[in-house]
Amino acid sequence: MRESTIMKIHYATALGAVVLVAVHVLFRITMGSFSGSLEYEQVLANYKFVPYAVMLELILVLLSVHGFNGLRVILLELKQGRSYEKAVTYGCIAGMTCLVAFGSRTILMASMGMT
Amino acid sequence: MSETTFAEEQSSTEVSSSKTVTLRIAKFNPDHDSGQQFVDFKVPYERWTTVLDAVLDVKKHLDHSVAVRYSCRQASCGSCGMKINGRPRLACFTKISELNSDVVTVEPMNNYPIIRDLVVKLDQMFENHKKVQPFLLREDSEITGPTKEFNQTPEQLEEYIQFANCIKCGLCNSACPTMATDSSFLGPQALGQAYRYVADNRDKGKNSRLKIIDDSHGIWRCHFAGSCSQVCPKGVDPAMGIQFLRGYLLGFRK
Amino acid sequence: MKRNDNREGIKGMANPGRYGIERFAYWLMRITGLGLLAYLIGHVYETSNIINGKSAWENMLSITQTTEGHVFLTLVIGMCVFHTANGIRVMLGHGGYGVGKPARPDYPYTPASQNSMHKLCIYASIGIAALAMMYGLSVLFGE
Ligand code: HEM
Ligand code: SF4
Ligand code: FES
Repeated sequence: MRESTIMKIHYATALGAVVLVAVHVLFRITMGSFSGSLEYEQVLANYKFVPYAVMLELILVLLSVHGFNGLRVILLELKQGRSYEKAVTYGCIAGMTCLVAFGSRTILMASMGMT
Repeated sequence: MSETTFAEEQSSTEVSSSKTVTLRIAKFNPDHDSGQQFVDFKVPYERWTTVLDAVLDVKKHLDHSVAVRYSCRQASCGSCGMKINGRPRLACFTKISELNSDVVTVEPMNNYPIIRDLVVKLDQMFENHKKVQPFLLREDSEITGPTKEFNQTPEQLEEYIQFANCIKCGLCNSACPTMATDSSFLGPQALGQAYRYVADNRDKGKNSRLKIIDDSHGIWRCHFAGSCSQVCPKGVDPAMGIQFLRGYLLGFRK
Repeated sequence: MKRNDNREGIKGMANPGRYGIERFAYWLMRITGLGLLAYLIGHVYETSNIINGKSAWENMLSITQTTEGHVFLTLVIGMCVFHTANGIRVMLGHGGYGVGKPARPDYPYTPASQNSMHKLCIYASIGIAALAMMYGLSVLFGE
């Protein structure tokens, strides 16, 4: 991928995340009390509310892409070399994939009631 | 650390000066020294004495082995960049009096290999500079007819003249936080010059240059920390040019 | 090779003091980005306990309900708010907005891209991050 394409994705994921994270956080403070919103039943109910679950999944993907690309950028600037840079790129893709997969598992199982 | 003082009659300063400053010079010859060593010299100075004057005074009277590169003494040639009290500056463009310090430490600039003492190798900067095609790109030329010369309005000149002020001193690359660890980065000097030609209305090479800088160690490794612009002795403001270039790549500018 | 290049290295990259607030913002942006990534990973792991039943979930939650947990969460709030606010500033700058206009430079060559608007935005980002942290503290410790 061209570096400009990657960085456009970096900015786009950041912008998308601004809105969604705001909603995600507001869910915590607007639903009565902060700790109340974190009650087990309450959280499970949130997960079963499909639009919210979809939003969580979106946040997960956006932030994983953004965060791991950010990490890749930092690591690329820290040290150079063909094999090192390859390792950084693939390592970050792997990290990103793992995080998305693991998070999706939670969201999927919780929203389908497999608890 | 040794300290040497001027003998009265040796001073090259005509008006005898009451003020003296400690000039701490980093000495290092990579060929046979194991590391940098600081040597202190007491030098007289006037309100107008530049750091380069002081270094040359030391060279003339106290330690002729100090290696320093200079030519124009007027911030035009870009030879005398060095780290003065922790910041990259031109020695000929920095007055001792403006530093407000009793000790003036001069070291070679960071992010360049040291040749000796205060002299660094600028080869990588020149190579990167050449990479961005620092010349007008177009089919015709001013010599071939029917065109005689390419006209430019004062407004069109204004678009790039600031960036054309670059004297390739390399201070910006020395201050850049990315350059501190990234040996493949093009650097603010080259990117600033890429913008200088892109902004020139006589030039047609924008796309070619954008392609060159859109690389994993190209323009995207700039994070707009602005240190380059803060140290530039010619007011080039490479950071501004870089953000404009990125504006083209992101589609915000045409 | 590295040594001969006389590069400033990580210390030079990370040392935020010498070049003014813009360099400090660059440094904070890095640190907060990395901190948030670490938090995100931890957070995804923490919340995965929802599928292990009520007691597992409450066990996990109790970690953050200590004083240290509250302080940690407050830091995350601050990091997030600064990173977001400064991120928007940086994105605008990267797009070429608000970085000044080319002009014939004049001594003492104050760079137009390092203008007061950007400085103000950085201070504002730090300011609202601090406010958000205070609000976070009041919510967390208020209950
Ligand atoms: C939600 C609002 C966010 C916005 C607006 C945002 C914006 C940005 C921008 C514009 C950059 C590029 C900075 C540069 O090139 O200098 C960046 C870098 C970065 N972001 Fe975010 N970001 C956000 C959230 C996050 C989150 C939640 C994480 C953690 C997962 C994160 C992790 C990173 C990392 C690691 C970097 C690289 C830092 C660097 O290169 O200095 N960001 N962010
Ligand atoms: S942009 Fe300024 S600091 Fe950089 S090389 Fe040119 S004149 Fe020197
Ligand atoms: S001697 Fe020419 S720039 Fe200083």
